[in-house]
Amino acid sequence: MSRFKRRDFLKVTAGVAAGTALGSGSALFSAEAAAQYKVTPEKGAKLRLLRWKRFVQGDEDMWAENTKKFTQATGIDVRIDAEGWEDVRPKAAVAANIGSGPDIIIGTFEDAHQYPEKLVDVTDVCNYLGGKYGGWYDVCKSYCTYNGKWIAVPMGCAGNALVYRISAMKAAGFVAFPKDLPGFLKLCQGLKAKGLPPGFALGNATGDGNTWTHWLVWSHGGKMVDEKNNVVINSPETIAALEYGKQMYETFVPGTLSWLDPNNNKAFLDGQIGVTLNGISIYYAAKTSQDPKLKEMAADIGHANLPVGPIGKTTELNLFFPMMVFKYSKYPNAAKAYLAFMMEKEQYEPWQQASIGYVTQPLKAYESNPIWTSDPKHTPYREAMKIMLPNGYAGEMGYASAATMADFIIVNMVAEAVSGSKSPKEAAERAQKRAERYYKV
Amino acid sequence: MPSHQTALSRALDNRTFLGLLFMLPAAAILLMFLTYPLGLGTWLGFTDTKIGRSGIWIGLENYEFLWGDAVTRLALFNTLFYTFVASVIKFALGLWLALLLNKHLPFKAFFRAVVLLPFIVPTALSALAFWWIYDAQFSVISWVLMRMGIIHQYIDFLGEPWLARFSTIAANIWRGVPFVAITLLAGLQTISPSYYEAASLDGASPWQQFRHVTLPMLTPIIAVVMTFSVLFTFTDFQLIYVLTRGGPLNATHLMATLSFQRAISGGNLGEGAAIATAMVPFLLAAILISYYGLQRRAWQQGSGDK
Repeated sequence: MSRFKRRDFLKVTAGVAAGTALGSGSALFSAEAAAQYKVTPEKGAKLRLLRWKRFVQGDEDMWAENTKKFTQATGIDVRIDAEGWEDVRPKAAVAANIGSGPDIIIGTFEDAHQYPEKLVDVTDVCNYLGGKYGGWYDVCKSYCTYNGKWIAVPMGCAGNALVYRISAMKAAGFVAFPKDLPGFLKLCQGLKAKGLPPGFALGNATGDGNTWTHWLVWSHGGKMVDEKNNVVINSPETIAALEYGKQMYETFVPGTLSWLDPNNNKAFLDGQIGVTLNGISIYYAAKTSQDPKLKEMAADIGHANLPVGPIGKTTELNLFFPMMVFKYSKYPNAAKAYLAFMMEKEQYEPWQQASIGYVTQPLKAYESNPIWTSDPKHTPYREAMKIMLPNGYAGEMGYASAATMADFIIVNMVAEAVSGSKSPKEAAERAQKRAERYYKV
Repeated sequence: MPSHQTALSRALDNRTFLGLLFMLPAAAILLMFLTYPLGLGTWLGFTDTKIGRSGIWIGLENYEFLWGDAVTRLALFNTLFYTFVASVIKFALGLWLALLLNKHLPFKAFFRAVVLLPFIVPTALSALAFWWIYDAQFSVISWVLMRMGIIHQYIDFLGEPWLARFSTIAANIWRGVPFVAITLLAGLQTISPSYYEAASLDGASPWQQFRHVTLPMLTPIIAVVMTFSVLFTFTDFQLIYVLTRGGPLNATHLMATLSFQRAISGGNLGEGAAIATAMVPFLLAAILISYYGLQRRAWQQGSGDK
């Protein structure tokens, strides 16, 4: 793909798309065209899509452009509505509940498992895409399959990585970013000593609060539930995680207990913190800024994956996006054709490029997208789907896992323990009690 | 046919029937948009309904759980504390402001208009402004105090539980005072100046005039204003949702925000509805206290029984 310019790319895509539109019988097209996903959209189909509002502008623009290509090729109009990502979940739930709303909703996390019986079976789309593009990462199956059927098409995830200041890391005595917990703690302490402390959100921040606290607990071997959905959060592993978190918290910039999702971005770009966990949006903002100070900062920004804890494997939580077609839709085939089209390499890779890798691919073949290597600073985000654990780990997804996270049980537990408002033991006991309620159902 | 027509026209001539007929649209609207949702909400509170899955009747189970749930108890405490402190201060400031505005000031109309501003600005917007004012890193208050050398570290307005409670209360007061002030001002203007003339002829001091003329005459208005003020404060949502989402450590979670968090974000419609329903007795109590407490006294004053 790299030898193509984008212009060539659009031409190719238009041809391929036209092939889909003409139908499979056409002998004009090569084997590749024949390998396209085949479905006959309903006559006069029109689609409404509800998705989360872009975090980076390039995403929105390119998504709209790809959609336009779909409309040109198939004659199917697609109206795109965007909402703040936290508002999509309740809207999707209500749509599922009352049986009316957008045909397609791009939700978050385990949305598909909240109302699996209301979703159109998209197994054919997923088998087709998986077969063509190197297979889905394992975690996709956790999020998007139910009773052996695919109930949503994975869009990918907004990957998180540690965003740090290279100069500060070096000043703190590190040549490379530490890959284990003791090293990471030492780095945090060093950064604080150098006046550029770490900052991780501990308020009721749905994204940034949950991601790093889940990693903290998981990396030490703690988990909310075991494989049988028994709540086991009150464990020695969790206590160890909280003790570690306490030491981390001592190095934090003041005020993290109040931090919501935007705070770490603001503090980092203002040069007040030396490391945080975030999507690629901080780097994107600095890199694309006209402000020379921020441009300079962009050169000093480094990215790294979260350290691996004593359990010896990666344990990250990233914001996963399932694309769901609802059974109430009058045009399920058109919707499936649209999703397949958007996930094809010709659309997906330029879209990833336009959003400089804000969304990490669910299909392994897209690892070779040049976006991940054109700027080496993008590379850590490439791994997001590979190194993450699913929501509700190690149990099953559903109401309970969604509710425990929406209730900030892990975030609250970590915040209580690290700030010293409760002892780690008490905090873990409280979390256990709160979570048991949800998992009782 | 003719007899049918006469029956209809006779019915239309009947004032009672006509009255009922005219009330029908209003009654239908009330039933549809007030009674039905309220009833549905109450019913949901007794079920285990999840979003996307209808529930079954589980009786008081939601309430039993909520009673033992530390977060709900904290939210109840927060709500009562928030409502009480904010309402008392809003009343004091509002009354004071109303008395000031009732005096003959230069540019009176201008000041009266300006006072209303916080009330006019959409809450979500003013809450965003407060969010910046209270920001842990960018707070303008902290910045000014640092510059003046009064503090040496940014104030953690929303990060320390008690500080966060008072910060959110301050923002609520800022927003709520104009409503109290302007309504009380309207009340003040209905008091006939002759009472004050009579009082000053009797040699009453300004305090005595306030205590024995203004306050009794104003009581009915105060009852109404404070009822509304308490209701608004008790059910506040936007401010908390923007500023803290209920954090830090759930120290600013109100019943309304917790209800949303459990019902919509968390998908437990039944439990969220139960939290919302649990607010009703408190609201009713607030209404009853103001009506039977404050208003009865006002009637007594008016009828001269005292």
